[in-house]
Amino acid sequence: MSFPFNAKIPAGPLAEKWTRYRGEAKLVSPANKRKLDIIVVGTGLAGASAAASLGELGYNVKAFCYQDSPRRAHSIAAQGGINAAKNYPNDGDSIHRLFFDTIKGGDYRSREGNVYRLAEVSNQIIDQCVAQGIPFARTYGGLLDNRSFGGAQVSRTFYARGQTGQQLLLGAYGALSRQIHLGSVKLYPRRDMLNLVMENGKARGIITRNLVTGEIERHTAHAVVLATGGYGNVYYLSTNAMGSNITPAWQAYRKGALFANPCFTQIHPTCIPVHGDFQSKLTLMSESLRNDGRIWVPKKQEDAEKLRKKQITPADIPAEDRDYYLERRYPAFGNLVPRDVASRAAKERCDAGFGVGTGLAVYLDFEESLKRLGKEVIEERYGNLFQMYEQITGENPYTTPMMIYPAVHYTMGGLWVDYELMTNIPGLYAIGEVNFSDHGANRLGASALMQGLADGYFILPYTIGNYLAAEIHTPRMTTKEPSFDQAAAETEARLNRIMQIQGKQSVDKLHKKLGHIMWEYVGMGRNEAGLRKALEELPKLKEEFWADIKVPGTLHEFNPEIEKAGRLIDFIELGELIARDALLRAESCGGHFREEMQTSDGEAKRDDEHFTHVSAWQFNEETEPVLLREDLVFEAVELKQRIYK
Amino acid sequence: MDLTLKIWRQKNATDRGGILTYKVTGVSPDSSFFEMLDMLNQQLIEGNQEPVAFDHDCREGICGTCSLFINGRPHGPKRGITTCQLHMRSFSNGDTIYIEPWRARAFPVIKDLIVDRGAFDKIIQAGGYVSVNTGGIPDANAIPVPKFNAERSMDAAACIGCGACVASCANASAMLFVSAKIAQFDYLPQGKVETTRRVQAMVQAMDALGFGNCSNMYACEAECPKEISIANIALMNRNFLKAKVCAEKEG
Amino acid sequence: MNNRLLKFASIGKKVTMGLAGLFLILFLLVHLGINLTLIRNDEGEWFRAASGFMGSNYLVKVFEIVLGAALLLHMILGVILWFENRMSRPVRYFRTNRSDTSFLSKYMFHTGVVIAVFLVIHFINFYFVKLGIVDPPPGVDTHDFYTMARLLFTNPVYSAIYIVALILMGFHLNHSFQSAFQTLGLNHNRYYTLIKRMALVYAVVVAAGFILIPVFYLIKY
Repeated sequence: MSFPFNAKIPAGPLAEKWTRYRGEAKLVSPANKRKLDIIVVGTGLAGASAAASLGELGYNVKAFCYQDSPRRAHSIAAQGGINAAKNYPNDGDSIHRLFFDTIKGGDYRSREGNVYRLAEVSNQIIDQCVAQGIPFARTYGGLLDNRSFGGAQVSRTFYARGQTGQQLLLGAYGALSRQIHLGSVKLYPRRDMLNLVMENGKARGIITRNLVTGEIERHTAHAVVLATGGYGNVYYLSTNAMGSNITPAWQAYRKGALFANPCFTQIHPTCIPVHGDFQSKLTLMSESLRNDGRIWVPKKQEDAEKLRKKQITPADIPAEDRDYYLERRYPAFGNLVPRDVASRAAKERCDAGFGVGTGLAVYLDFEESLKRLGKEVIEERYGNLFQMYEQITGENPYTTPMMIYPAVHYTMGGLWVDYELMTNIPGLYAIGEVNFSDHGANRLGASALMQGLADGYFILPYTIGNYLAAEIHTPRMTTKEPSFDQAAAETEARLNRIMQIQGKQSVDKLHKKLGHIMWEYVGMGRNEAGLRKALEELPKLKEEFWADIKVPGTLHEFNPEIEKAGRLIDFIELGELIARDALLRAESCGGHFREEMQTSDGEAKRDDEHFTHVSAWQFNEETEPVLLREDLVFEAVELKQRIYK
Repeated sequence: MDLTLKIWRQKNATDRGGILTYKVTGVSPDSSFFEMLDMLNQQLIEGNQEPVAFDHDCREGICGTCSLFINGRPHGPKRGITTCQLHMRSFSNGDTIYIEPWRARAFPVIKDLIVDRGAFDKIIQAGGYVSVNTGGIPDANAIPVPKFNAERSMDAAACIGCGACVASCANASAMLFVSAKIAQFDYLPQGKVETTRRVQAMVQAMDALGFGNCSNMYACEAECPKEISIANIALMNRNFLKAKVCAEKEG
Repeated sequence: MNNRLLKFASIGKKVTMGLAGLFLILFLLVHLGINLTLIRNDEGEWFRAASGFMGSNYLVKVFEIVLGAALLLHMILGVILWFENRMSRPVRYFRTNRSDTSFLSKYMFHTGVVIAVFLVIHFINFYFVKLGIVDPPPGVDTHDFYTMARLLFTNPVYSAIYIVALILMGFHLNHSFQSAFQTLGLNHNRYYTLIKRMALVYAVVVAAGFILIPVFYLIKY
């Protein structure tokens, strides 16, 4: 079956597509913008920047977030930096090179047109952020400083200490706050979006739960923008925030929006290892650490064992007995290979019995950099990260190497969108991590911030006008129409159903079970048998949920347990879709590694003949989800095995 | 570790609330403070009681969602961290731990340990930004900024808006929070343009929201998880005076 | 200038209070200078001359009014701010706030109240006598402040009260000196340590200087 939706990639040469699109897109006059309402769900980099920019243009915007303030969205936790093709260091960067690195980094599973546009607007983002008063790192000459990141041989990453995400988000939050002050944006914090309202096949509103009062609320608009982030919490333990969830996107999926490439999940190589059953969350140590830290495990298994038993310390192992496995396997990129490669290499060493700590950890060592650069320089670059590490583990990374292990971090998959960032539901947009569009099967470091802000500041404000230009005669809806009644009733019924179970297991307990299944069978290395096992286990878990979940309290009050329960059931359903997608994609590419598909030296083996497509899944109430394939066409780049040697 | 917890419980904003005592046993010293509370909540749910509501999200010390006044200090006994970064190894077996919400007129309790910090958003809305629209801006390197200024700006910008400054202040004053935002922009040429307007608007908003006055006790600086300096407050005062005394009156 | 805002803004109040405080701090130095003449072995010759000058010079009389206004303003604002600050936390903590603060700063209001009480005593003993509101001690001339002071300082009870009050004033001054600079926005990393040291030196000199006098009299007589 041919793909039934149009990705709307503009015609023409790659470098001219976006310019051409902007030249031809329909516009909405200022007077008409005032008559149009836009709902933006999520206030991270994508959501806040979009809501602010749309407000500036004159639309009526309603911004929603589950947090108590837009400033707390999880974009804030991004540490390392943001990429742009500015080529300030004069090291040979260009828009084309950033485009190429991103396509290659994504293992050739993203759209050329989208990625090129991302690279193109990357420079404007930096200009915008500087104008907003973001204190980027600077050189003594007063100009912006850059550092390098995984998957690139140029320094194109702009940063604000180890808190780049925080600073960029606070910039967007500032812009958003300004619009709230001016009255063009109305803010709804502590709200969960629980349903999408459709009218005549178009997205026209949302149903939210006021987390403080428990009230079910109805909101109308001419377009709905989802900027709700990724679904890493499907693994229970991840670097995501505790509240990060897939519910808004999942409800849209259940209403007909396609969910694309769910199996493309990113495992980040440098996280603090798991230390116990009670653990609730994993903490990322920025990838930027790999600039100056060297990753190693002992060469001899007996040394590794002694380290695990704490009979010796890492300092007891002489240089010749250390295996700097990334430098050994990938001499060209060394410790700066892309995330998926670094993660798998760590897993490979640990699985082979060379792991340290609990056995699931490798060293990230700064000894040499400390000698070469001095403690002061290291402190200036990574001080807060070192502090954070010491706080969590009780060990001082200035004197003993850090221990790290891969953890779930980012999800490349998400709602299918066309070039305009609109899903297949007219009027429903998905921006930032919640869409699938730009990172293919693997995202490069410092590109998430770039994509979130590109979508929110510079892409959506153009493309949404192209849709809304035709909606200027559509009157505002009231919330009393049948479509709203129905959606609200659905949501209330679902919440009541959960409350009535009163079983034995708490939400966290079941969530841990889900995480266990996902990490075990749909984790870093996947195979057919494991995926089939997951597809057996997950439906059982879903039954367990509906039979045995226990949610205390009532619906009509502040009740964190009901929030979590609703999110969990959506995660369980999503988990099934991830496993299904992973099973069908019988190739290894980017973050998706099928153990059956590897080269003799353990590298991922793509199958371009059968899988150069986007797997877009369509919900079906009666049957299993339906797979629709959008073929990826490459004109500007040649598909190659990714080599970082 | 076995611990006695004395926790403020309050059903909703209008409930009077009070301290209730709980016991948790078998806590790992490696677990975080919140993981210990997760354990307690698990116990409560299994015992058909309502779990304790507390604010938390990123659990890595950057989102600023978490709060908690632990044994008389915001974010617990250690300096320079948030509650979510506090680990149980900072306590001893047998300890009694008092856990209370932030207390300030401007931060009303929503439930148990959760307070409404919307007042901070309102202060930012009053002027905590550079008034530029998206697009139409000069190249990022068009205006050089002295490295020193960029660093000082970043020091101030590290504020996570958690409210520990208000919670620790004997007067529930928000001066440190407000001044951090003002200083961040004042150190940069892009932000300095608006300092005069910003400082007046933000101070006015701060006063109107019912925060107390600064009496230079510096608890805020000592308890701030990001160790924001009170020199920012002096900078704000300086700019406020300049705006009120030296600058020409606008409009 | 937006007068209304300056009057009502929290920083405006603090600044006014700080300026008034700094003025009082300056005055204390003058006062100390005059008082220290009490420990000259001249049977009060210098002290009488100085207090005579202070009591008759017209410029000083103007200055006296300004001083009184500053004192009143400082006290009124102190009470207003204290009251507002209490209001800003209607529900107190169950467990006492143990946040790290400098010990002295916590008790500014309390030491302030003690100083105010002491001032009342002080005024009854001297200033009101001068104004003629209170009669001088029996047998002492209305303008003979030297004898009045000598009578008081040779009284151990009065001297003890005096010494305690001045120690507390020293605490008040130590914090208020640097605090005033912070409030006025003059806290830079360049001056911060200097100001703190100056505050300590000033507080010790003033408190010790005043205390020296009763100690001197108690030992001598």
